[in-house]
Amino acid sequence: MNNRISDTFAALKNNGKKALIAFITGGDPDIEVTEKLILAMGEAGVDIIEIGIPFSDPIAEGPVIEAAAARALGGGCTIDKLFDMVENVRNKTNIPLLFMTYANPIYAYGKERFMAKCRAVGIDGIIVPDVPYEEKSEFEDECNRHNIYQIPLIAPTSGARAEKIAREAKGFIYCVSSLGVTGIRNDINTDIAELIKRVNSISSVPCAVGFGISTPEQARDMAKISDGVIIGSAIVDLVARHGEGSIESVRKFVSEIKSSI
Amino acid sequence: MGKKSGRFGTYGGQYIPETLMNAVQELEKQYLFYRDDAGFRKEFADLLKNYAGRPSLLYFAKKMTADLGGAKIYLKREDLNHTGSHKVNNVLGQTLLAKMMGKTRIIAETGAGQHGVATATAAALMDMECEIFMGKEDTERQALNVYRMELLGAKVNTVTSGTMTLKDAVNETMREWVSRIDDTHYVLGSAVGPHPFPMMVRDFQKIISEEIKQQIIAVEGRLPDAVIACVGGGSNAIGAFYDFIEDETVQLIGCEAAGLGVDNPKNAATITNGRVGIFHGMKTYFCQDNYGQIAPVHSISAGLDYPGIGPEHAYLSDIKRAVYAPVTDAEAVMGFEYLSRMEGIIPAIESAHAVAYAKKLAPTMTKDQIIVVNLSGRGDKDVASIARFKGVSIHEQ
Repeated sequence: MNNRISDTFAALKNNGKKALIAFITGGDPDIEVTEKLILAMGEAGVDIIEIGIPFSDPIAEGPVIEAAAARALGGGCTIDKLFDMVENVRNKTNIPLLFMTYANPIYAYGKERFMAKCRAVGIDGIIVPDVPYEEKSEFEDECNRHNIYQIPLIAPTSGARAEKIAREAKGFIYCVSSLGVTGIRNDINTDIAELIKRVNSISSVPCAVGFGISTPEQARDMAKISDGVIIGSAIVDLVARHGEGSIESVRKFVSEIKSSI
Repeated sequence: MGKKSGRFGTYGGQYIPETLMNAVQELEKQYLFYRDDAGFRKEFADLLKNYAGRPSLLYFAKKMTADLGGAKIYLKREDLNHTGSHKVNNVLGQTLLAKMMGKTRIIAETGAGQHGVATATAAALMDMECEIFMGKEDTERQALNVYRMELLGAKVNTVTSGTMTLKDAVNETMREWVSRIDDTHYVLGSAVGPHPFPMMVRDFQKIISEEIKQQIIAVEGRLPDAVIACVGGGSNAIGAFYDFIEDETVQLIGCEAAGLGVDNPKNAATITNGRVGIFHGMKTYFCQDNYGQIAPVHSISAGLDYPGIGPEHAYLSDIKRAVYAPVTDAEAVMGFEYLSRMEGIIPAIESAHAVAYAKKLAPTMTKDQIIVVNLSGRGDKDVASIARFKGVSIHEQ
């Protein structure tokens, strides 16, 4: 079955290009801005967009995204409002869209109901940082039934588990560049190249690197050794600073990143 | 029960970020090894006896029994342990394990400060670096414990995210652990979190029920009819229940913090009001809204001010082996004052929830029946906040 995520990576590969994956927190500062940001980032060359469904207790996030989630929830953002927004935006763009959230909002919504709704509105995948390989059966059947890719994460500490995870991956593999939570970092010290090499040797699924990337230089370095880069906190930080007026600064920022990779 | 798979029925599991998975699996492996290692067992037993002061007393509350006119009431005096609560049992076990695993630094969350104080104490004893994470609201209502931890050489980090209470302290400690797992062990303080924590914490706390059983048989020649303990995450309760689970004549009663009442949003009664969800590494009951956002719970007791409950309790509740009853702030304060005046024992406000329930239950039982109340901690830390609750000013300036 086709999925926009794998189609996009295949097209990029054919053209010898790397993917730029951008994250924004849904509903920060409000749903209308989220919709505009999705369209603007798509026009500016972003290949895939992750929309964060805000959660009260985002334990894998650093302060930037945590604050964005709190703003979004404070502004009344809900899963249902995000579904409506995605349904609307899907009429205007064919860019692959993923939801990034935690296990509990999906579980509370109802796994089957959530994935069916994802498919109906045009979501292509989910990233759930508190559902590791060992627990992936939690959402697996529902994801498969509705052709929603459950994107796995691999970290520098994954060790021998990296192989197991890679073998069953679909869409792309989210390679965590450094230990700790999401956020902007000056240096990325871990041996991410080695990790990606190991993953590539057993899986043809593309690897994208995330956590800590915020400059064109970092993006260029990471894109060299992988199939794409994921940028979150740096964009969310722009949204935090400029609010409703962030569209143009985000557009400018992502096109700079895109031209560097 | 769930020992192999890390599950209690359908509850438990390992719902944590990938970065932590290897550390948690390694912890499980090492724990299972040391659990049966003679050297570890000997050293742990020695620490419990000669450092923590175990066995703790099982005290017959004669005046309380006479006053209530029903079942005989015994108090399991975990408040008399070194550092003043049951928390020391688990902390000594985990810190010893961390040391044997080659870790040099321990971190922990704390609500009321009991677990933080116990962790700082074990760190001082075993020469470990120590950092404690505590919600800002709790550092204010338990200021004395903050100073106590610092006195013991620990660094106390004030957590200002979310509701600034126990749940947020757990979030922040997990984030810290993710960023530094090489030399650091997370001494999780309750029977919650990803496997193997609920099992391991329960194993370190089950000595409470093992001692109760021996002690009650020695004085009464039989098992109690009910064991009552307060439940936040549920470590003292699972410790007090565990050895009685197979003894079906023993009623097991966990007392949840009902705050201002179970119909008021300001409560933390997880089994009463929560729904099954996934958070803090485990599948269990959580207080949450319809969209799965974790509820900003409330209890007068910082130690019970937690939106979830240990997965083994969720299982015991589902199979109806244990019951979980809500106890309000006002009832707990009444229990706090009652035990202080009746027996000259000031209980922790957490434990006072169990005292309050025993006070209601005892008169409905006959004089030849027996209740054991687990007095999980002492109440010195709560004196200032109870005074505030009562509107009494006790400032010394």
